Amino acid sequence: MGRYVIRRLLWTVLVVLVVTLLTFVVFYVMPPGNPSVRFAGKQPTPELIAQVEKQLGLDRSLPEQYAHFLRRLFLGDGTECPLVYRPLCSIESVENFVVLDTGGCATGVSGCGWPGLGMSFDSRTAVRQELIERTPRTLSLIFGAAVIWLVVGVSIGVISALKRRTIWDRLAMGFALFGISAPVFWLGLVALWIFTVKLPFSDSLGTGYVEFGNDPVGWFTHLILPWTVLALLYAAFYARMTRGNLIDTMGEDYIRTARAKGLPERRVIFKHGLRASLTPIVTMFGLDVALLVGGAVITETVFNIQGLGNYAVQSAVSADLPAMTGVVVIVAFAVAFMNLVVDIVYAYLDPRVRYS
Amino acid sequence: MSQVHASPRGEPLLEVRDLRVHFPTPDGVVKAVDGLSFSVRRGETFGIVGESGSGKSVTCLTALGLINRKSALVEGEVFFKGRDLLKLSNEELQKIRGKELAMIFQDPFACLHPMYRVGDQLVEAVQIHDDMSRKAARERVVELLAAVGIPRPRERVRDYPHQYSGGMRQRAMIAMALLHNPDILIADEPTTALDVTVQAQILELIERIKEEFQIGVILITHDLAVIADVAQTVMVMYAGRSMELGARDAVFDKPLHPYTWGLLESIPRVASKGELLVPIEGAPPSLINVPPGCPFHPRCPHRFSPCDDQRPDFKDRGGGHPEACHLSAEDKRRLWSEREARRTKVAV
Ligand SMILES: Nc1ncnc2c1ncn2[C@@H]1O[C@H](COP(=O)(O)OP(=O)(O)OP(=O)(O)O)[C@@H](O)[C@H]1O
Ligand SMILES: [Mg+2]
Repeated sequence: MGRYVIRRLLWTVLVVLVVTLLTFVVFYVMPPGNPSVRFAGKQPTPELIAQVEKQLGLDRSLPEQYAHFLRRLFLGDGTECPLVYRPLCSIESVENFVVLDTGGCATGVSGCGWPGLGMSFDSRTAVRQELIERTPRTLSLIFGAAVIWLVVGVSIGVISALKRRTIWDRLAMGFALFGISAPVFWLGLVALWIFTVKLPFSDSLGTGYVEFGNDPVGWFTHLILPWTVLALLYAAFYARMTRGNLIDTMGEDYIRTARAKGLPERRVIFKHGLRASLTPIVTMFGLDVALLVGGAVITETVFNIQGLGNYAVQSAVSADLPAMTGVVVIVAFAVAFMNLVVDIVYAYLDPRVRYS
Repeated sequence: MSQVHASPRGEPLLEVRDLRVHFPTPDGVVKAVDGLSFSVRRGETFGIVGESGSGKSVTCLTALGLINRKSALVEGEVFFKGRDLLKLSNEELQKIRGKELAMIFQDPFACLHPMYRVGDQLVEAVQIHDDMSRKAARERVVELLAAVGIPRPRERVRDYPHQYSGGMRQRAMIAMALLHNPDILIADEPTTALDVTVQAQILELIERIKEEFQIGVILITHDLAVIADVAQTVMVMYAGRSMELGARDAVFDKPLHPYTWGLLESIPRVASKGELLVPIEGAPPSLINVPPGCPFHPRCPHRFSPCDDQRPDFKDRGGGHPEACHLSAEDKRRLWSEREARRTKVAV
C-alpha cells in the first residue's frame, strides 16, 4: 500500500510537470499578444520593450524559460525574486523607467519561497503569495458546495429511486432537470437579486469573502448563496446518477438474495443497495471536486470571491504566464491527488478492485 | 382442484392452489402463472420443468413474497404450515423467508453481494432470525460451510465472493439457505450456470441435505435429465400452467401430455445412444396472447376440435395422474406407444 501511494505520488509530480510544460509550449507557440508591450508604458520604445522582455524572461528560448520555471519550482524562489527585481530598480533610476514602479522593487517581494512560482507579470507580486491567499477561498467554496450537493443530490436520488413513478419522483426529477439546465451565472444573479436586493438580508449575505479566522459567522453567511448556487448543478447530476444506479442495483440478483434471507426492506436498500450504487459516485465526486479548484469561475465572479478560478481567467486574459502556470500547477496537482484518493477509497469500497 | 394427488408421505408442507400471477404491462397483461396447483411434502424433491418463460421462477418467487405486489396481480392460495402466504404482511413474510422457506438461485456469480465478505453475508442471515452473538453466528456459518463442502471454511469465510469459484458460491448459497434448517428449500435452476461435474456435485449435495434434514425441495430446471436423477414428483409447466403432474417414473415411462412427449423426445436417454432427437416445433407462446383453449395446441401434432377453444381441465383422465389434455386416456396410450416405436425404430 505504502509503495503504491509513493509510486502514485511520483506519477502525480510527473503529470504536473507535463501539464506545465504544455502550458509553456502553448504560451510560447501562440503568444497572446506581447505582454511586455503593456508594461512598457504609454509610448513604448523598442528598447524599452526589449528591456521589459528581458526582465520578464520572455527573450529567452522555450527550454530556457521552462528550465528556469523548473528550477524555481523545485528550489523555491526565496533568494531569486529580490534578485530579479534589483536590476529593475537600477533601470528605473538610470533610465527613468517608471512603468515598473511597484513596491517590490526596492524591498524585495513578499511571499517568495518554496515551491517558487515566479512573479506575476501583471501585479508584480509573487504568484505563490497570490495563490496562498486565494486557495482557501476557493476551497471554502468547494467544500461547502460539495457537502450540500452530496447530501441533497444523493438523498433526492434515493427518494426518487424508491418512490419511482410517484409524484415525489416526478418532483425530484423536475428539480434535477431545472438544476442541470439553469445557467450558473443566471442563477447566481437571481439569487443575489432576491436575497440582497429584494429581501433585507443584504448585510449578512452579501458578496465577497470573509476570512474564517476573522469571522466564522460572516464566512458562513457570505458563502451560503455561492454554495447553494454552485451545488445546485451538481446536486441535480448526482440525484440523477444516484437514482439510476440505485434502480439498477435494486434489480440485481444479490438484492433478491438479501430479501430471500428475510432482511427488512430498509436494510436491503441501505446496506445492500446503497453500498453498491454509491461506489461509482465516489469516483465522480473526487474528480468533480478537483476540477472545481480552478473551475468555479462563474460562481467566483458573480459572488466576487477572489479565488483560483477567477485568477485563472484574469491571468489568461492578461497573458500573465507565471500566474496562469501557477493555477495550472495547483489544478493539475488537485486532479492528480484526488485521483489517487479516489483510487484508494475505491479499492477500500470495492474488494474486486483491491485484489486484482 | 385442491387435492392434486394422494400423499404417500404425509400431509403436504406447501400447497399451491389455483395460483395466478399477472403482470400488467404497457403491451398488455403478462399471464406468467395462470391457474397452477401443486403440493410438496416433507422429504420430497418436487421437480418443475418447462421451457424458458413458462413461469417457473415467478411461481416460487410469489410463494416467497418476492414479487412486487404493486406491479403484479396475484390470486390463489399458497398454504404453508397452515397459513396462506399470500395473505401475510411483508413483516410476517420476512420472518418466514430464509428461516422456514429458503431459496437459492440460478446464477451464483450474481447472487452474493460483491462488496461484502461471504462470511459476513451469512452471519447477517443468521442474526436476522436468531438472537445470536456475532461469534456464535460465525461458528454456525463455519459449521455449515464445512457441511456443504467448502474447504478450510474457517479461512474462507473471510473471502469475498469473487475469490470463490462458481461451484463454491453455489455451495455458499446453499449453506446460507440451510442456516436455519428450513422446511422447504427452493432451488431455481441451481446448476444451470455451472459446469457438468460441479452440477452433479451440487445436485448430490441438495439430495443429501434433503435426506438428512427431511425437508421438502422444489427443484426448478429445464433439464429433464436432472429431474430424472433426483425428483420424486414432476410437474411439467407450459405457458404458466401445469400440463402434467405425477410421480417421476409415471411421467417418464407413461407420459400423458403431448408437450411432455415433445420434451422427452428432445433429450437423449442414457440407455439408448443412437436415438433420434426431435425438438418441439414452434416457439412458446407470448404470455400476453396465450392461445385460447390449450396453450400448446398450435404446436401439437395431435390437436383436434376442442383444443383451440376449450381450455382442458387439469385432472386425471384415467392415465394415473392429472394432466391437461383433451385426448382420452386410450388415445394417449396409443399415440405415445406409436411415437416411442417410431423413435426407437430410427435408432435401430
Ligand atoms: N415483473 C415482471 N413484469 C412483467 N413480466 C414478468 C415479470 N417477471 C416475470 N415476467 C414474465 O413472466 C414470464 C415467466 O417468467 P419466469 O421467470 O417465471 O420464467 P421461467 O420459467 O423461470 O424461465 P427461465 O427458465 O428462463 O428461468 C416471462 O415471460 C417473464 O417475462
Ligand atoms: Mg427462471
